[in-house]
Amino acid sequence: MDIFGIPAKALFAQLLLGLINGSFYAVLSLGLAVIFGLLNIINFSHGALYMVGAFVALLGLEYLGMNYWMALLVSPAVVGLLGVLIERTMLKRLYKLDHLYGLLLTFGLALIAEGVFRYYFGVSGESYPAPDLLQGGVDLGFMFLPLYRGWVVVASLFVCVVTWYLIERTSLGATLRAATERPELVQALGINVPLMVTLTYGAGVALAAFAGVLAAPVLQVNPVMGSNLIIVVFAVVVIGGMGSIAGSIVTGLGLGIIEGLTKVIYPEASAIVIFVIMIVVLLFRPAGLFGKQA
Amino acid sequence: MNNLNSRWGWLALLALGLVAPFVMYPTFLMKVLCFALFACAFNLLLGFAGLLSFGHAAFFGGAAYVCAALSKNYGLTPELSILAGGAFAALLGLGFGALSIRRAGIYMTMITLALAQLVFFFAVQLPFTGGEDGLQGVPRGKLFGFIDLSDSIAMYFFVFAVFCAGFWLIHRTVHSPFGQVLKAIRENEPRAISLGYDVTRYKLLAFVLSAAISGVAGGLKSLVFQLASLTDVHWHMSGEVVLMTLLGGLGTILGPAVGALTIVALENELADKVGTWVTVIMGAIFVICVLAFRRGIVGELLALRTPTSETKH
Repeated sequence: MDIFGIPAKALFAQLLLGLINGSFYAVLSLGLAVIFGLLNIINFSHGALYMVGAFVALLGLEYLGMNYWMALLVSPAVVGLLGVLIERTMLKRLYKLDHLYGLLLTFGLALIAEGVFRYYFGVSGESYPAPDLLQGGVDLGFMFLPLYRGWVVVASLFVCVVTWYLIERTSLGATLRAATERPELVQALGINVPLMVTLTYGAGVALAAFAGVLAAPVLQVNPVMGSNLIIVVFAVVVIGGMGSIAGSIVTGLGLGIIEGLTKVIYPEASAIVIFVIMIVVLLFRPAGLFGKQA
Repeated sequence: MNNLNSRWGWLALLALGLVAPFVMYPTFLMKVLCFALFACAFNLLLGFAGLLSFGHAAFFGGAAYVCAALSKNYGLTPELSILAGGAFAALLGLGFGALSIRRAGIYMTMITLALAQLVFFFAVQLPFTGGEDGLQGVPRGKLFGFIDLSDSIAMYFFVFAVFCAGFWLIHRTVHSPFGQVLKAIRENEPRAISLGYDVTRYKLLAFVLSAAISGVAGGLKSLVFQLASLTDVHWHMSGEVVLMTLLGGLGTILGPAVGALTIVALENELADKVGTWVTVIMGAIFVICVLAFRRGIVGELLALRTPTSETKH
């Protein structure tokens, strides 16, 4: 069966890959948006912490025999703690300054993380096995679905929906949104806003680590996996705008799918299609698809 | 700083620049000058207009490719290929500026980074850039058709002259009415708007100027090292120029040049001793500068001279 002269199986396989990339874009831009909302900082080290998340899983397996499911819990916890440490010792000092210092500091941290891992692991990367439970795949008739890839999409969507629910539908989320708008007022109501800020940063980077563990069996685990991704995620954030949680998720997934389709139709453009979309969006809707018009 | 003092200061620096190649390794000095010009151009945008671009590698590296290709494949004289590189970077800057200025602050930075990545992908894929190999063995050529630049000392004086011209242009810009308006926009944009200034046009012009001079620096670099490669357009390069400017002193005239000298010297010293740890050290300098050393080297020195008042130049 062909669709537009392209074998259906190839088309669906690329669509699935696009959906997987889109899931990573969604989880990462979600974390960026949550952090930006409360800290007013663009976390340049988000990609590096995603990479660290994947390495925690890899090293845990090699040295401690930690299995995949454990890694899915342990790695976000480790990276989350690292995030708490970063916020407490460094980011905290920058809130009164221009936003750009937060970006520069986290850029420096990203360089440090990338450099350290490059020293010990080179740039070639290592592969991480998918868990036994998710080996193999099923034939859906129109395509072959490797189980692990299906799992990545389901797990990321689940995490996205849970985050959305937490922020938009619970009282904790309401407090968080209030603190985003008027931190002083929320503080005056007796809520420990600095603690909230610390935990938000920790949770945001834990999301990145979770994505890193999910990515480990699909992509090679290597020290530059994060920096390549973060630039695309920045473009995703510019396209979607950081005002809306649901907007980040939809934009991330949508762009992943478009990228996957481009890989089938015109492979040469697949690396740049998201940047081109960003330019078009900037020309016609400068505030982004879900942003508030200034 | 009173006028007489500062005139002697500039003359001393000029003399230092003229004597330097006879005391130190000219290639090292030329590298410093290229990056110093690049950092000064970058500082025009960040230090004086308050716009943080994370895409300046595109101007530097893009112009390096254009300049190298024109010299190598079409035998253009060095001054013409450098000008062509600068013009290319100016056009690119016009595009980057027009798109990124549509969004304020942190979004603008992300847009410049994404656009520069687009240029990077083009540099990887377009046939004329030589892919992973880059453009190697670029001839330095004959300046104006008769001064042979393959001699290191001759090349040094050419680089020094271009640097001085670029530096003078930036100095003039900063101290012109145009520069004053840029500073006003940096300090208080709504007020600048309410005074009737077309803020977008001022920002765009600053962007184009900064891009053009960065391009000249990139073109110059491609002739000095006879090489244009992907390193020049990679986002690491954009980060490096931010670091040089930050370390030397944001918004100071000499700061970026001092920062460039420090970073290039550090890289030269460390490259063969610590290998990949250079990236870690650069990252650590970033962190230290942001946390404890935001005025940078020159900024701190200026603050020492005027201990009572806030540093203004």
